[in-house]
Amino acid sequence: MPAFLQIDPSKCTACRLCELACSFEKFREFNPEKSCIREVVLLEEAFYIPVVCYQCDEAWCLKVCPSVALTRNRELGIVELNETRCTGCRMCTMACPFGVMFYSPEKGKVFKCDLCRGNPACARICPTKAIEYREEDLTLQRKRKIYSMKLMDAYREVQK
Amino acid sequence: MRGYAGRILRVDLSSGDIREEEINYDVARKFIGGRGFGSKLLFDEIDPAIDPFDERNKLIIVTGPLTATVAPTGGRYMVVTKSPLTGTIACSNSGGYFGPELKFAGYDALIVEGKSQSPVYLWIKNGKVEIRNAEKLIMKSTHQTEDIIRDETDPDAKIASIGPAGEKLVRFSSIINDKHRAAGRSGVGAVMGSKNLKAIAVRGSRGIKVFDPDGFLQAVKAANEKIYASPVTSKGLPAYGTAILVNIINECGLFPTNNFQRGVFEEASKISGETMAETILIRNKACFACSIGCGRITEVKTDGHKMKGEGPEYENIFGLGSCVGVSDLEAIAKANYLCNELGIDPISAGATISCAMELFEKGNIDEKTAGLPLRFGDADLLINLIKMIGKREGFGDILAEGSYRMAERFGYPELSITVKRQELAAYDPRGAKGMGLGYATANRGACHLRSYTISPEILGLPEKLDPFAIEGKHNWVKGFQDYTSVVDSTGLCIFSTFAIGQKDILNLLNTATGFNYTSEEISIIGERIWNLERLFNIRCGFSRRDDTLPPRFLMEPLPSGAAKGQVVELDPMLNSYYEIRGWDENGIPREETLRRLGLSG
Repeated sequence: MPAFLQIDPSKCTACRLCELACSFEKFREFNPEKSCIREVVLLEEAFYIPVVCYQCDEAWCLKVCPSVALTRNRELGIVELNETRCTGCRMCTMACPFGVMFYSPEKGKVFKCDLCRGNPACARICPTKAIEYREEDLTLQRKRKIYSMKLMDAYREVQK
Repeated sequence: MRGYAGRILRVDLSSGDIREEEINYDVARKFIGGRGFGSKLLFDEIDPAIDPFDERNKLIIVTGPLTATVAPTGGRYMVVTKSPLTGTIACSNSGGYFGPELKFAGYDALIVEGKSQSPVYLWIKNGKVEIRNAEKLIMKSTHQTEDIIRDETDPDAKIASIGPAGEKLVRFSSIINDKHRAAGRSGVGAVMGSKNLKAIAVRGSRGIKVFDPDGFLQAVKAANEKIYASPVTSKGLPAYGTAILVNIINECGLFPTNNFQRGVFEEASKISGETMAETILIRNKACFACSIGCGRITEVKTDGHKMKGEGPEYENIFGLGSCVGVSDLEAIAKANYLCNELGIDPISAGATISCAMELFEKGNIDEKTAGLPLRFGDADLLINLIKMIGKREGFGDILAEGSYRMAERFGYPELSITVKRQELAAYDPRGAKGMGLGYATANRGACHLRSYTISPEILGLPEKLDPFAIEGKHNWVKGFQDYTSVVDSTGLCIFSTFAIGQKDILNLLNTATGFNYTSEEISIIGERIWNLERLFNIRCGFSRRDDTLPPRFLMEPLPSGAAKGQVVELDPMLNSYYEIRGWDENGIPREETLRRLGLSG
């Protein structure tokens, strides 16, 4: 299985370095509006989460694209954009349920995460490892462990 | 030139004129940005002798060339103006997201001039600027103000606003952005209030480019490696925030207690960073582009419902805690949230209240005058007084003038723990004497951030100094003051310097701007900025007689703790300091000094 981005919101500090690193990788400038990853900061709820393309198996963006600009690259595990084919119709931005297909008015085309073709800048810069790029899903392992430890505490409490 | 957005926005609230100007890169090279560039603008554009509330005063909001880049902690902006608390130049720094957004909207700096007839706010989006009616925001908290403006403009707008305190010209009002981050000190919020400017909302999608992209990324990587290797920036600050200092400073006997009457707070462990982590802390939060993440998200219960907010920081745990004798961490957090909502500096608020408490304790203020008994340690009283200050109600109206004016009014200015009328921060200078010289000479009045000699004197970074010695401290203070002036001008946070040094900052600046600074040039720039601020103050009438400390530190030995028996021997330090600064015995920069720094004429 190809590696993918694993996001643990509990580790995110809302620094938005991922947005800067991404826009710099893609456009050579620091500009959150040109980033493929976007930090959602819910200040009141103290909840922060980087939102990025999940490279869906059943990708609605791909299905809806009338010019076959989006295809699946199984080797890299991405939904790949062929920019020359993109007509800028923006159907994919409407179809994507996560809001992570972006339109560039300058180019008249969309842009999206391609996992930096195997070395994602966001995961490299993330200071707290809230974003990790790996094959095995450690987030799930960690969740199971935390859940088990809670169970253990409750179990011991009952036994007292 | 790169690193900069390239433009300055000038808004005249009297005439409604809105103008864009190209940034002057010759000036930018000499003053970098942020604090240096802003001070230069203020120095050139206003008569230093004017009253801070005169509409000819200007409010300058300014970023640095590293603001809004991926440079670690590159998210800061500065507010530069003439202070209504001190009458000196004011320069308050804040993080969050507001500063970077201003740059993304196309501006390195915003200069607000004149005074609006009625309350307004500014809405700036990618070069489009509107002055909007703010009648409905009158006396709204900073949080309510942000919510309402975001509804009216853009859900992702970043907002800096004043609370009721700024509107009521409380002399230590802050400007709050992103709800919890503050340009806290010296009453910059009151200047904004005096202009009838309630808030500034910005949104931008213009990118920032750097001069040497690959070189810049390498410089960032090298800087981050140091941040992740330093125990302070990789462990202490993320785990415990600035409050990690509570126990350390208390053990060293300089944690100011009951208006600096003592340097040991018996209940310090109840309000320490470690206790906070075990009790009210939910998680940490970073400012924009920060790889440290020292911000504290906390939660307390109040009247049966839960309240979330950011902080308290170390300085506020002192101001709203030990300084007023309060050891209830939840109450301190609540008081801190209130300060942010009302737009008040918690350091000055706490220190002013504590001064009133000492006056009450000594019988110099009676209950009839104050309207209520002002006893140290009363958490409910603290919260009530903060509310009263924020709206200038009752005795709060007197407290809103700051500790010095309040104490002077009752005939005891010597009990006000201030320098140039600004309240001291959370380090008793008798326990770290470099701080004494630093407080006495800081250009914005008492300030812990201008020369943080706590680092060598207490923390042993970069080397351990004897905190009680005075020999050689003038060199440290001058060095820190000049270096901090540079850091404050780049757009980086001062906390980055726990890990990265001048060479790292030089690499970041050069690859971002292409200015090709040498390290000598950078040192000169720091000294230039310091002397320019000094010149501003001299034109306001300040001189050696103002470079002093409250008599308590000069004459009363600390009564207990690790620094027991110490006083600050200020004069010999000050003499040596003036000498290495190239200033005369009255503290006025000599002509040859100004010439050397390119400040003459």
